[in-house]
Amino acid sequence: MKRLILTLLLVLGFAPICFAQDDFNATALRLGGSFGEQAEAVEKLGLSGDPRGLPLLQALADGKLARMPDGALRIGDADALTGAPADATGASPVRINNRVRAALRSALGRLQIVSPDPAERLRAADGILRSRSAQDLPLLDAALARETVPRIRERLVLAQGAARLASDDEAMKRAGIESLGASGSEAARTVLLEARTANAGLAEAIDAAVTRIDRQLAFRRAGELLFQGLSLGSVLLLAALGLAVTFGVMGVINMAHGEFVMLGAYTTFLVQEALRGTFLAPWALPLAVPAAFLVTALLGAVMERGLIRHLYGRPLETLLMTFGVGMMLQQAVRLIFGAQNREVSSPAWMQGTLMLPGEISVTQNRLWIIVFGIAVLLLVMAAIRFTRFGLEMRAVVQNRRIAATMGIRTGRVDALTFAFGSGIAGMAGVALSQIDNVSPNLGTGYIVDSFMVVVFGGVGSLAGTLIGALTLGVFNKLLEPYTGVVLAKVAVLVGIMLFIQRRPKGLFALKGRAADQ
Amino acid sequence: MPGISSLRFNLRLGLVALIFVLLLLPPVLNALPAGHPLRVSDFVVAVTGKWICYAILALSIDLAWGYAGILSLGHGAFFALGGYAMGMHLMRNIGDRGVYGHPILPDFMVFLGYKELPWYWLGFEYFPFAMLMALLVPGALAGLVGWLAFRSRITGVYLSIITQAMTYALMLAFFRNDMGFGGNNGFTDFKDLLGVPLNTPSARTGLYLAALGALLITLLISAHVVQSKFGRLLVAIRDAESRVRFLGYDVTAFKLFVFVMSAMMAGLAGALYVPLVGIINPGEFSPGNSIEAVVWVAFGGRGTLIGAILGAFSVNALKTWLTSFAPDLWLLVLGALFIVVTLFLPRGLIGLIKGRGA
Repeated sequence: MKRLILTLLLVLGFAPICFAQDDFNATALRLGGSFGEQAEAVEKLGLSGDPRGLPLLQALADGKLARMPDGALRIGDADALTGAPADATGASPVRINNRVRAALRSALGRLQIVSPDPAERLRAADGILRSRSAQDLPLLDAALARETVPRIRERLVLAQGAARLASDDEAMKRAGIESLGASGSEAARTVLLEARTANAGLAEAIDAAVTRIDRQLAFRRAGELLFQGLSLGSVLLLAALGLAVTFGVMGVINMAHGEFVMLGAYTTFLVQEALRGTFLAPWALPLAVPAAFLVTALLGAVMERGLIRHLYGRPLETLLMTFGVGMMLQQAVRLIFGAQNREVSSPAWMQGTLMLPGEISVTQNRLWIIVFGIAVLLLVMAAIRFTRFGLEMRAVVQNRRIAATMGIRTGRVDALTFAFGSGIAGMAGVALSQIDNVSPNLGTGYIVDSFMVVVFGGVGSLAGTLIGALTLGVFNKLLEPYTGVVLAKVAVLVGIMLFIQRRPKGLFALKGRAADQ
Repeated sequence: MPGISSLRFNLRLGLVALIFVLLLLPPVLNALPAGHPLRVSDFVVAVTGKWICYAILALSIDLAWGYAGILSLGHGAFFALGGYAMGMHLMRNIGDRGVYGHPILPDFMVFLGYKELPWYWLGFEYFPFAMLMALLVPGALAGLVGWLAFRSRITGVYLSIITQAMTYALMLAFFRNDMGFGGNNGFTDFKDLLGVPLNTPSARTGLYLAALGALLITLLISAHVVQSKFGRLLVAIRDAESRVRFLGYDVTAFKLFVFVMSAMMAGLAGALYVPLVGIINPGEFSPGNSIEAVVWVAFGGRGTLIGAILGAFSVNALKTWLTSFAPDLWLLVLGALFIVVTLFLPRGLIGLIKGRGA
């Protein structure tokens, strides 16, 4: 692997400082000489900063370097200098003594730490951190002055702190404790605790630094937990918003809601496959949003006109019938797409993690889902409040017969409302395809949770749905560290049941005439 | 007109008698010597025995839903809890014949590193205690959930969703290994019950007859309940809950009573089911199972006890028949059944038999 990187670097002409081929070879060959010669050569190679020296020194340190009777060097069945296959019969391992070993360690650290490859530098920093020797300090100081990549700097600071702690100078040790305490990382905490017994005189300073780290870590953990909670809350919000319309506003209980979410996810998959290879491919996900809305909205309209319409006023029958529809949809998808998970990829701008202030790391896709959830919520609110359709919808909910006498086609409004709620479920499916397995039973896991959100928040209240979703999401995640995932879920379910005892109509109960229905 | 109603009564009685005589046939025909043209296979006996347990479950759902209007989507949980109680007894009966040969601990506990039996396993080595628990645990759970729900007047779909959440939560909990109930593998590899090895024909016949007897008893009790004044009140609650309340009846107590009774029946069904099928695992808690059982009742005809039994047998017969050659189709057919029953057969098969005028 190292040789591969090396060759690559040479081919690309990336090696920053290379001394002339002959000079390098001459120095390298001396690695097979006497101990004195070896130490000198190791030091020279280390100082040269030539990445070609790395595999040689590594082999020497690992005892894999062998010397032929004619003085040529071998690593396994290859020439040590060129890497070309070569006969290795009669080669004897090159032996080293402690002096060479010491020279090797700092040379290896030096060489790797000047490597143009950040991954290599990171590994070097880790290696120096493990050795915890005060000898490395000048090396680390120099490296820190050069380094620009934050991640590697972080490791270097850690290694520097550890090296300082290992020195004999008390002031130096204190400086190390100070810098480790300031870093606020888990690894620094380990280093400090390990050094505690060896430095009894400094126990107080070490404890103070550990406490400082613990505070930082607790803060970070709380921040990450809160983010996870909000993330789960936004997922619940997306899944529940459609229900808030169909169940909350219309009073139709749709057990196939989860399957609409699932169909939205599969629409995302289909859009992605259809656009594969075209210039639109990176935009498959945004384009899947309207597509999923249309597919599920259409299905919702058909379902309302064809089936649900006949069962108005009979909620239990509606529940059973829609459950049957959900079952059929799920099985149909299973027969068409197969039971295994389908791969929906994330576009590049949704991948990776983001560091918030305070070193709270959040995954980009979760962040986008929170944004998306809020956007959909605003969209739904705007549609209900500001559009003609929203007005008619509210009119029909408030008083169907008067709305009809005013010329509103109530049947059409019913179908549109149901289609609207179903479409939102489809959009939720697009978001869920990013974080969950796209499989036929994708929706099953969300249906109970979303009903809980709607019931908890208060039927018919979008604000209640928002607050309900976020509260449940955060509560769930806050409980998880103490109880585990499953018991947290159970606890939340039980909590909701108890909550309904106090407020049977949910957090945001409708007031006035609408509450009687 | 008393003449007609007594004729109808006799018809119903005849139907019940016919069902029970038919149900007595499989074990009798199974006892015939091998090769006899009328002999039925062990498979038929096992499957019919399973259906009898399902019929008891259907009866319990019908009592709550068909009569009192409480649509529970969590009766599968009561069924499974009863099954687990029986399963615990069967596990204790294994003794040191397990793979690990531990004299007290079941295999999965040895595997998970348990040192001693958890306290809630105590007493399950006694059959009467296990049987009692199979009734009491579901009853207590139903009592708690029902009390919380009915007291705050949670009705209709809200109650359905809450019961579904209940069984869902229980399923998640029972899937956990550290619950002490065998995690997702549940209990299996049972050896004997009351000293009779379970894999013998006599044990199969005995369990079958026990289930059949339980079905008869629960049917008689249910019939007694629904024909009493109490039963008529239940129907009144179903049709106009507020009005019954305003008339001065304690609706909460009535609903709670019937809900607990129904849960205990479901627990009994589960306890009979587990030794028949030889396994119990958390999958029994899945919400799908509960709602499937509701469809048996809806298909057979809710609000009639015989309809629930008929529904359990017919839907399960359809399932067994269909899954034998086209397993993929079953869920589609079941889904369609939900739609057909709710849209076109609101009174189920019984409604068809009785005709529209009845």
